[in-house]
Amino acid sequence: MSFELVFLPTDALILVLIAFGIVGAWHIRRRPHLVLPWRRVAGSRTGMVSLLVLGPFLLVGLLDSVHYRQALPEQNHGGTVYSPEVLSAFDALAGDLRTRTEKTYSAPLAAHLYAKESIETPEGKVTREHPRLTFGGAHLTDPDRQLVRDVAKRGLFGALGGLAVGLLMYFAVASTMRTRGAGADKGLMRVFLARQRGFLWGLLRAGVSRSLFIATLTLAVCIGTLVALAPAYHVFGTDKVGQDVLFLSLKSIRTGLVIGTVTTLVMLPIAMLLGVAAGYLRGWVDDVIQYIYTVLGSIPDVLLIAAAVLMMQVAIEMHADWFPTSAARADARLLALCVILGATRWTELCRLLRGEALKLRELEFIQAAQAFGISSLRIMMRHIVPNVMHIVLISVVMAFSDLVLAEAVLSYIGVGVDPATISFGNMINAARLEMGREPVVWWPLAAAFAFMLTLVLAANLFADAVRDAFDPRLNRTEAS
Amino acid sequence: MIAYLIRRVAYAIPILIGVNLLTFTLFFVVNTPDNMARMQLGIKRVSPEAIEKWKHQHGYDKPLLFNAKADGAGRLLDTIFFEKSASMFVLDFGYSDDGRNISREILTRMWPSFAIALPTFVIGLMVAISFALILTLFRATAADVAGVTLSVVLMSVSLLFYIIGGQFLVSKLWHWAPISGYSASVDALKFVVLPVVIGVVSGIGSSSRWYRAIFLEEIGKDYVRTARAKGLGELPLLFRHVLKNAMIPILTGVVVVIPRLFMGSLLMESFFGIPGLGSYTIDAIGAQDFSVVRAMVFLGSVLYIAGLILTDISYTMVDPRVRLS
Repeated sequence: MSFELVFLPTDALILVLIAFGIVGAWHIRRRPHLVLPWRRVAGSRTGMVSLLVLGPFLLVGLLDSVHYRQALPEQNHGGTVYSPEVLSAFDALAGDLRTRTEKTYSAPLAAHLYAKESIETPEGKVTREHPRLTFGGAHLTDPDRQLVRDVAKRGLFGALGGLAVGLLMYFAVASTMRTRGAGADKGLMRVFLARQRGFLWGLLRAGVSRSLFIATLTLAVCIGTLVALAPAYHVFGTDKVGQDVLFLSLKSIRTGLVIGTVTTLVMLPIAMLLGVAAGYLRGWVDDVIQYIYTVLGSIPDVLLIAAAVLMMQVAIEMHADWFPTSAARADARLLALCVILGATRWTELCRLLRGEALKLRELEFIQAAQAFGISSLRIMMRHIVPNVMHIVLISVVMAFSDLVLAEAVLSYIGVGVDPATISFGNMINAARLEMGREPVVWWPLAAAFAFMLTLVLAANLFADAVRDAFDPRLNRTEAS
Repeated sequence: MIAYLIRRVAYAIPILIGVNLLTFTLFFVVNTPDNMARMQLGIKRVSPEAIEKWKHQHGYDKPLLFNAKADGAGRLLDTIFFEKSASMFVLDFGYSDDGRNISREILTRMWPSFAIALPTFVIGLMVAISFALILTLFRATAADVAGVTLSVVLMSVSLLFYIIGGQFLVSKLWHWAPISGYSASVDALKFVVLPVVIGVVSGIGSSSRWYRAIFLEEIGKDYVRTARAKGLGELPLLFRHVLKNAMIPILTGVVVVIPRLFMGSLLMESFFGIPGLGSYTIDAIGAQDFSVVRAMVFLGSVLYIAGLILTDISYTMVDPRVRLS
């Protein structure tokens, strides 16, 4: 079946981010003084484990950022007609998870609906009971007796499969790195590799690789179990309209990642340009920039965001014709939210960079450059910016988890992402009211909680590792 | 010092004008007076006369920022921007869309906000500083690592989960406190407890980590080593020297939020049904009542600037070397 690739604006920005990442890595690779802090990250136990945990999240987010529209069977004057529904590569991979919707709530791993309904038995009598689910556990003939056994069997198989795959992957990666590292020592993982003397011996001995080993296996077992159970059951149950909660949680990841990263992309140029210019140029430039960020900074964040989002909603409602599909409209709102968040958040980084530039401009190497008659622009680009990059990097990684958390709060207030976008905030918002039901519907909230906590915790720990590695105030004595 | 304060207050005026200009642009560029009139009149096809009449009644029949027809100062003064923002400087916020006086609403609603925000702030500060001091005392031990890990976990949980989880456990399962509501009398205590506890718990993670970092930086300094060399015990050292000297960085982050306590917390108040300024704002956002949102933005900026000035004054109190001039 043919399809048409769709590039939503946020997809394009994610591609830009990846390109930046590759260019940055290529730039860093050849400069030992830039590689050094990354080696410290690679040598940090929490840093590497949290990066490993972030891996699957990033993968799901990336797959979910490749969008396409499927061709419809009918033809229109010989031209292919594409479905108005925009799907992603992740949707295609998740397969039935998206389409297997039940009638309404069902508990995790259940074979029956959560609420009783009147059912007509073949004899013509009407009874009130929990009806069977259309998809969850549909292969069982007698769920009351078989369910536990079947779940245990599938779960165990999945866990074992995951364990096997995890072991295989770990050793494959570790051995390729070893052979690469054994020749000429290049790149990031050298510290990590230097610790591994013998193969298994290194595993048991070295702190980083042992933690990584355990984390890889744990992660592999979790994913294996999920993969084995998901095709036959709703692992985290279904929500009010019968959607699979696992699917919703996985789809929420992309929204969180986009907000956490694209916002940074918006914020960085403004903060760096203005911060460095204010600190280096001083005078009226400094006054104007300080005025701008004091004005922005003095407005309560949430209110500024709310005001801007309200206006953006009005603008989008007035120009409904700008967007060909509902996905495009939702994406425009997501992008606008990122821009707004970025526009309100750059002031803090700008202030930091201004302070640092003020300090740097008094140093001798800058004065030497000035004495040589190098233009201000060039001094800022060549001498100031590289020397403040550690501050930029630290604040970028620290901001990520904040932004993911902020999305949830903003969506609750009603100034977050489009209600049609699947996000943690919208999930929590919908699940909040279900806590008041009797009996309690807890699983949508629990799933959102688990996924969000894992993502944010891993991001926080990784940010800590990066900060520790890049913070020049920590004096280290290590051979490079 | 008086001269310094006057200068600071005078410096606040251009900033507040900037704040007004920004919110004004945000609201009126996208949402022109014509649009507002259509929205308010609520009919699809409104006659141009009706729009003009509405604009005249509500004072929107002037140019937005620059009046080319007037002369002299009138070019800037005879505009919607001047009329709508000048009154803000004397704290006259006008009327909300449902016809209530916004200033009076703010005066009555700030006390419930304060009743929640002040205890949350004070208790939160004390708990976080004590926790950070304990971690500093046990630095570089397993207890420290466990404490820091706990802080990171606590700060990785969304505030929404704290609120929903707290309401569910405390009110629904254990029936210890009412789920939401407020009362103006002494009864208020039972409504206040749960939001305050949740506010404190949700804030511990990030703030105690921050205080710990401040203490650790302070404890590495020379005067601490001197004090220790002279035989001072670890506890008196922490309280008498480290805590005192850490006051400046702590005050920088803390004092600035004090005036804003009156604004309350948007989330807490809307979840717990407290009739404060936070829930007022959130309702206004939901109802797209721009005059209320503008008033709150202005108020928030005023309080923030007041907080900055207070911070400077507090420096002179804890550090005799600081002089305001």
